[in-house]
Amino acid sequence: MNLPSSTAEATILTLRINGEQVQVRAGLRDTLLTVLRDQLQLTAAKRGCNQGVCGACTIEIDGRPARACLTLARACEGADVRTLEGMSDSPAMKALQDAFASHQAFQCGFCTPGMLVSARSLLEGNPAPDEAAIRVAMSGNLCRCTGYVSIIAAVDAAASTLGDHGASS
Amino acid sequence: MSTATRDGLDRPVPGDRQAVGRPIQQIEAAEKLSGSAQYIADLYRPGMLYGAIVQSTHAHARIRGYDLSDALALAGVRAIVTGDDLDEHHRMGAFIKDEPGFAKGKVRYVGEIVAGVAADTEEIARAAARLVKVDYEVLSPVLDPADALGSDAARVHERAESYEKVFDSGTAGNVCSRTAFRQGEPDGAWADCDIVVEGEYQTQAQAHLSIEPCGALAEVDAAGRVTLWSANQSVFRVQASVCESLGLPMTKLRCVTPRIGAGFGNKMEAHVQPLVVLLALKARRPVKLILSREEDFETVRARHPFRIRMKTGARKDGTLVARETELLLDGGAYGDDSPGVLGYALLMNCGPYRIPNVHAHGQVVYTNKMRFGAMRGFGVPQVTFASEQQLDEIARRLDMDPLALRRRNMLSPGDPWFGYQEVRSNGLAQCVDIVERESGMAARRTRGCHDDERPGRRRGFGVALTAHISGLLSSGAIVRMLEDGSVLLNTGAVDIGQGSNTVLTQICAESLKLPVERVAIASPDTDGSPYNWGTTASRVTYVTGRSVAKAAAEVERKLKEHASEMLECGIDDLELLPGGKVAIKGVGQRSVSFAAISGRAHWAAGGPIIGTDSWVFDQKTFDPKRCTTLGLPFPQIGIFSFGALVTEVEIDDATGRVRVLGAWSACDLGYAINPAMARGQVEGAFVQGMGYALTEELVWDGGRLANPTLMDYKIPTVAELPATLRAYLVESEEPSGPFGAKSVGELGINGVAAAIANAIADATGVRLHRLPMTPERVLDGLLADSAGAGH
Repeated sequence: MNLPSSTAEATILTLRINGEQVQVRAGLRDTLLTVLRDQLQLTAAKRGCNQGVCGACTIEIDGRPARACLTLARACEGADVRTLEGMSDSPAMKALQDAFASHQAFQCGFCTPGMLVSARSLLEGNPAPDEAAIRVAMSGNLCRCTGYVSIIAAVDAAASTLGDHGASS
Repeated sequence: MSTATRDGLDRPVPGDRQAVGRPIQQIEAAEKLSGSAQYIADLYRPGMLYGAIVQSTHAHARIRGYDLSDALALAGVRAIVTGDDLDEHHRMGAFIKDEPGFAKGKVRYVGEIVAGVAADTEEIARAAARLVKVDYEVLSPVLDPADALGSDAARVHERAESYEKVFDSGTAGNVCSRTAFRQGEPDGAWADCDIVVEGEYQTQAQAHLSIEPCGALAEVDAAGRVTLWSANQSVFRVQASVCESLGLPMTKLRCVTPRIGAGFGNKMEAHVQPLVVLLALKARRPVKLILSREEDFETVRARHPFRIRMKTGARKDGTLVARETELLLDGGAYGDDSPGVLGYALLMNCGPYRIPNVHAHGQVVYTNKMRFGAMRGFGVPQVTFASEQQLDEIARRLDMDPLALRRRNMLSPGDPWFGYQEVRSNGLAQCVDIVERESGMAARRTRGCHDDERPGRRRGFGVALTAHISGLLSSGAIVRMLEDGSVLLNTGAVDIGQGSNTVLTQICAESLKLPVERVAIASPDTDGSPYNWGTTASRVTYVTGRSVAKAAAEVERKLKEHASEMLECGIDDLELLPGGKVAIKGVGQRSVSFAAISGRAHWAAGGPIIGTDSWVFDQKTFDPKRCTTLGLPFPQIGIFSFGALVTEVEIDDATGRVRVLGAWSACDLGYAINPAMARGQVEGAFVQGMGYALTEELVWDGGRLANPTLMDYKIPTVAELPATLRAYLVESEEPSGPFGAKSVGELGINGVAAAIANAIADATGVRLHRLPMTPERVLDGLLADSAGAGH
């Protein structure tokens, strides 16, 4: 009898995730987050609130940060979706990961993938952000462990590292 | 005893210490920063089903029956469990066995779990859960703790008196437990006071709000034994709760842990684990159930709302003489950790001060709301909100500086705690000196105005002194030397994100003079780990750390026994050298490697080298010759850490909005095993406390939680972070702690609401007795104040 509508209406979609074409099965209401996690086992993006508030599911769509929990999978056909798993070759992400480690800018780590994706997006657009700019860029990602001090310091340090490399090259 | 005081990251390490005292990276850094760390929701098992819960729509109702026909008819539904699958004789509870695995016979709060579904997808499971029909006979609810005490109030538990309890709880009617402590002459001492302040205070329910919601995954093996992964703070408490509530022998349940997305107390006792185990047993397939954010808000637990009546008396010179504290805690539908929170709040009601005459007493009552339980601070933020405000009021009325009043009364080294437990390390005076100096509070007060003050804004400073225990109950450690001379440490302590895996590894490595890379730490597993009560009560560094050091010492002794035979010398002539060697003292070239010794032990002599330790914290809290106690939930509780906090706030006269501009928090943690992690605890605790002070409040509309979403329940973001937030670590060298360490997980939150309230009063003269201190409440205070001044 009455199957949930979106399961009943599921169709095969082709998505471009982390540079690769993948086929997934998605109903009208299936979010990108559910597809990434439950079908592709790309679990860096977390479900913290499923409402677009906490930022733990932050990913990039066509180079811009987005909430995977508020994005319908079907709306991503033709888009370039990138998750933390697909950013390992990004110099900005590498600098951020190193800085988050050395500044202990995480504790439980659950919000961290979203934090890193938001921070990378900031640095891609503004290589030398001041503290105010860092605070604005990171204000959509909730962390309940760190008190944010170390996160601001880590983003600032990553920007400095990237700036130094840029200046010397 | 020497004490050193430095900001977290800048402190030099004593030259002979290689692994402790350093801000080494969390050992899970690589997995957490690459996104590959696996939390409960990230686990998938072959053939796994997805679970969903059915929640009560009533605050108080009898369950007449269930109609599962529509839900079972849905394609993809594999199993449904209800209260009919539970035995009414099986109940769980840390202090009072009053709670079924989920609702059985009755529902006691809106949102309580009444049934569970396992299906092929999460979406089908949730659709089926909406099709489960429960036939309720609605009962009159008890929603207010004061009403719960009325003779005509409905009974939340009809047979509360008959439940099994682990202490003298005094359970009767809707009274879940009661506790009272007395020392000195609390009735007569008021006559010796020149000044008495008295007030009533109300604190709110706060949500823990780990960004990871609760969840569990259970799988039954071929032999019928269940393996249970869950978001938890103790695999052993999970095992006990599930086995008690389902009537399973502990041999049938193995509890393990994935990475944990923080806890703050929420994941210490059970949440969905009993339901998920039952679903897996019924479906005979693995079942994973992850709560939505709304479900997590509604069904799990929150910080207790307190009603506090407090009275403090002092002499003209500021010496504190007497204190009476009366508490009424809303315990919600089940006992959970409530009796412990009440008892601990009463033990801490005086704060770190000498008050000779004290009567502290209170009750927890059952109501038809969610469980209230352990949350970071465990009752201390609530009593501190009242106590530290009363000290400021006394200072104002005596025209004394608030810090001078505190210095006159605070516990000096050698002073016992309330109840006369000996305190061996006390760095409080240094904490106070640091926050006074670093905040610039004294200097700016002298000038009589604040820098940068803008029209329509008023600024003020507030201070609060606090303490917390490190301790409680039992722990163990097993240190095994592997064949190649490296070490496997196994403690059973769950790292909930605060970094205990790293800290315990550092303690083990230091004890054996090994690099931390040569110590692996086993994931907690009830099959293989020694018992560990849990990651709670700020206990892991201190209680488990002690076990690690002792188990490592046993390994050292066995290594030396082998080495004395191999090097043909006396055991006392041997020492450990850095990097895994035992050498003749002063003759470094005459040494044998751990690998050589371990190879000998495994294959030729003595057997594998294993060091073990287990203990239970055993220092008595109260001296029965000098105090009387009634209903004491923890006869042996812990040692004491101390802290001092100054905040600076700015209040907008037009809107009542409070902004925290600066916070200076100093914590005496004995010795910082990992200064960066310790600093992270202090910073994180401050911000969580700032949310508690200013914005966070669970609000009920009748029996229904009105704001169970992150849209409507506001925790601090980076935008609210003060411009200045500094943590200072004071090292007082606790003689009983590993390398002198005490714990620091909760300490930093205890004084935050009080210090902000004192800063608001400093700026405006308005005393707020109710949390959170929202713009509306601050503005009401300002308007009442100006109206009063007009008369």
